[in-house]
Amino acid sequence: MKKNNFIVINPKDNCATALVEIPQNTKINISDKNIETKDIIPFGHKFAIRNIKKGSNVIKFGEVIGTSSEDIPEGDWIHIHNITSSYLKVINNE
Amino acid sequence: MNEGFLGYPRLNGKIGIRNKIAVISSVVCANTVVRSVANKIDNAVAITHPWGCGQWGTNFSNTFNILTGIGSNPNVSGVLVIGLGCENLFSIDLANKIKESKKPVESFNIQDVKGGTISAIEKGVNICKKFDKEAKDLKKEFFDFSHITLGLECGGSDATSGLTANPALGIVSDKLVNLGGTSILPEMAEWAGAEHLLSKRAINEEVAKEIMGPFKGKSIENRSPGNIVGGLSTPEEKSLGNITKGGMATIQGVIGYTEKPRGNGLWLMIEPGLDVVSMTALAAAGANIIVFTTGRGTPFGSPVAPVIKICGNPKTCDYMANNIDIDASQIITNDKSIEDISDLLWKKLVEVCNGEKTKAEILGFVEDIGFWPV
Repeated sequence: MKKNNFIVINPKDNCATALVEIPQNTKINISDKNIETKDIIPFGHKFAIRNIKKGSNVIKFGEVIGTSSEDIPEGDWIHIHNITSSYLKVINNE
Repeated sequence: MNEGFLGYPRLNGKIGIRNKIAVISSVVCANTVVRSVANKIDNAVAITHPWGCGQWGTNFSNTFNILTGIGSNPNVSGVLVIGLGCENLFSIDLANKIKESKKPVESFNIQDVKGGTISAIEKGVNICKKFDKEAKDLKKEFFDFSHITLGLECGGSDATSGLTANPALGIVSDKLVNLGGTSILPEMAEWAGAEHLLSKRAINEEVAKEIMGPFKGKSIENRSPGNIVGGLSTPEEKSLGNITKGGMATIQGVIGYTEKPRGNGLWLMIEPGLDVVSMTALAAAGANIIVFTTGRGTPFGSPVAPVIKICGNPKTCDYMANNIDIDASQIITNDKSIEDISDLLWKKLVEVCNGEKTKAEILGFVEDIGFWPV
């Protein structure tokens, strides 16, 4: 029985979600590209599958879930330390 | 061959996938009589609740409208309303309102039956036996999926819900909508942070404004500390996991609590999001079938709409196997894709439309009713 250790919900996504805890330096093949995880990715957490420049959209479910607050190279863990909510900004600017 | 199912045509043009006899209390005082009647008839369900008297305004009208909606659901072939006789929700008013759906409806009050509750139960059983005989004579006919209204529910969610069961349900909802059917996405509280994304999918500007309305000027932080530990980085990420069960279809409109969709396609429903309240509201809005996604597991069913459970958590699929219809945890444990699971879910939906019983139906989880106290 083969296990998926990550999932990419939508082809537009620039992040994948871990379905198990993925150890640091795990080699992962995503759409004919090899990525190496730079951090431990806990279950349910995300990692970049493309290089995401500071200030760009982080996309999951094919939609924007936030903006990167720093450059996020592929394989890096994505969480509250490197993305901020786009939604809360929009509402607060009104 | 066109895709479709075998269902029961109703005189108002709606199609049922079950022939339920709804025995409805107009007031709490009739609950035991209602339950005793329903217990004696194969296809009867008891619709009991703690209300029907001492209610005014919206509180009263919500109770009246939810009970009307359940009695009018196309899966119901006959309705008996039983009142006590002195309450402010009159059994005859409720019966007359349900009669607008053109199905057999009768009503009486316990105080009007000589012989007390024993005679009232006997009277109710005789009426329901007649309904049951009439229902058994009904013949199924082939219909396309434009006659199906699907309720999109989730509860007992965990980190697996937004990754497995919800997106699989989204694909099924989109397929139904493409075939001309109707889907309803309830639980407004769980759109917070994604309402601007839902509004982008609105059919027109007016509907887009209706979606944004309840959230306007609010900055809703919906993440709990546990959500953040679980990997949800922003409010929109949390809500996206929820609304993904509504697929990507265009949103036709927003309906209020106790309202019905005014056409086919995907609709949003404004209501708070407690499972039992949502499921009751979906049944009252005319849903013939409900798909319920879960992570932690839940036994809940609906008295009139079959409920298909789909779960993405491997432990829950093992521990609660006899409550779960579709094991979506295979996305995690067995290299299945979301599309593979959505295919299984669609096949199950077609089978259930054709009469196959869901786990909740087999186990008899058919009495749960909840209201939104306003």
